[in-house]
Amino acid sequence: MVFSPTRRGFLTAGLLGAAPLVLSGCDVFGLAQSQTVNDALGSSEDLARHVQRLLGGEALAPEFEEAEMSPLFRTNGNIMPADPAYQALAQRNFAGFSLAVDGLVERPMQFTLAEIMAMPSRTQITRHDCVEGWSAIGKWTGVPLSRLLGQAGLKPNARYVVFHCADDFSGSKYYESIDLDAAHHPQTILAYGMNNAPLPIPHGAPLRLRVERQLGYKQAKFVTRIESVASLDGLGGGRGGYWEDAIGYDWYAGI
Amino acid sequence: MTDTGFGVDGTVQDDVKPAGPAVVYRHRLATRVWHWTNVVTLFIMLMSGLTIFNAHPRLYWGQYGANHDHAWLQIGSADNRGYLRVGEATVDTTGVLGRWTNASGNTVNRAFPYWATIPSSYNLAVARHWHLFFAWIFAAGILLYALWSLFSRHLTRDLLPTRKEIAPAHIIHDVAQHARLRFPKGEAARRYNVLQKLSYCGVLLVLLPAVVLTGLTMSPAMNAAWPFLLEIFGGRQSARSIHFIAATLLVLFILVHVAMVVLAGPINEIRSMITGRYRLPKE
Repeated sequence: MVFSPTRRGFLTAGLLGAAPLVLSGCDVFGLAQSQTVNDALGSSEDLARHVQRLLGGEALAPEFEEAEMSPLFRTNGNIMPADPAYQALAQRNFAGFSLAVDGLVERPMQFTLAEIMAMPSRTQITRHDCVEGWSAIGKWTGVPLSRLLGQAGLKPNARYVVFHCADDFSGSKYYESIDLDAAHHPQTILAYGMNNAPLPIPHGAPLRLRVERQLGYKQAKFVTRIESVASLDGLGGGRGGYWEDAIGYDWYAGI
Repeated sequence: MTDTGFGVDGTVQDDVKPAGPAVVYRHRLATRVWHWTNVVTLFIMLMSGLTIFNAHPRLYWGQYGANHDHAWLQIGSADNRGYLRVGEATVDTTGVLGRWTNASGNTVNRAFPYWATIPSSYNLAVARHWHLFFAWIFAAGILLYALWSLFSRHLTRDLLPTRKEIAPAHIIHDVAQHARLRFPKGEAARRYNVLQKLSYCGVLLVLLPAVVLTGLTMSPAMNAAWPFLLEIFGGRQSARSIHFIAATLLVLFILVHVAMVVLAGPINEIRSMITGRYRLPKE
């Protein structure tokens, strides 16, 4: 008879079955709480970036038809910057707003909204993917970032483009950054229009970044200044963006 | 020993007891290494995946899906109760899903409980690091094993059911035998039975590729690089739903798999997955 090994087996299997619970209960022996382990695991971000660049190159993010758009595009993050200067501008319908383009550029510039809207524009219906898992499809109209950068003229040592924003989280102004590959991608625009209307304030008026092919937290809203830099070390905590510094999201958000 | 698969020429006689039960070389090294790699990676993928699910515990069909859109599955809490809603059906899951008590005795309103997630306290950034790191090992293992199975003829010789085996009468007979907990013995235990073959093929050829490909389909950069992924799965939110369903079926497979190992004699079974050698059950 095989009862005895079977009974022993039940114990074995019970232990095997309980193992993941034990693993989780003590967070894989504290590994999940370790900053060193977390940083080591986070290194796969670079692998993902290189592989996805290799596979994708300059490929465009999928674009959709109007009929495929979300009936209601939800908002999240800050929906009204607390900054009084921003609120004053918003009351005047952003008359007097200007976007600074500076840092490592040949010609630091200021663009009024009217000047930006007079430039050749790009309209794209794309999917916005939040890091949390939800998606919404919307229509964005704006000026290609490469055009603004071209007018200012990037210096040879420029490596990244930083976006400074009017909104803040607990007093810290929002900021994000992308590399020059993403900055020069044809779908990377500063949007002033959404769903055939002026960009609403909760979605980042007057200007929000659309860097398709990356997750939602890269799509900086309420952009007031674009800075070209050689390194992200001097920016915030050095990880390249507000959420990257605050809670450790990956700087490269392609997956 | 030539590496030609169990049951063909892998039979070895027990040196100590020549008259003892036959021991066959059942699992080759590739199978054993992949199996134990999966034991680690699959649990990490499942548990870190549940944390990621907890960030937005709603599932949709189609290209888009957010809070204003209809979710076909939702885990949440209302009126101090936890619930799971699938379609129109809602089940009270207080204590397990939606609302539960953590290790410190505090009540938490969140989808999956702390004991099922990595890390145990909600942290999306950390969960994504675990998930997206081990995804490389998990996916590489699947790819290498699938290729090895193909070229070593493990797939055609040991895993794919024969025409005779997939005859309905044969399958019904095997199901009836399994239901009575009567498993193949002696010579019949040399090879996988048809239910094993169908399960292993379902996992290797359907569930594992599906879970990897739907994972890639959720990546906005991969959607640009490989737009056909969205065509295959019907949109990013459909891919997310299928990812979750495939993961659930993998959990189901693990539960049945472990139960079968226990019922079939766990010492012999687990040893065979460590050393490769399997003692055929006596007739």
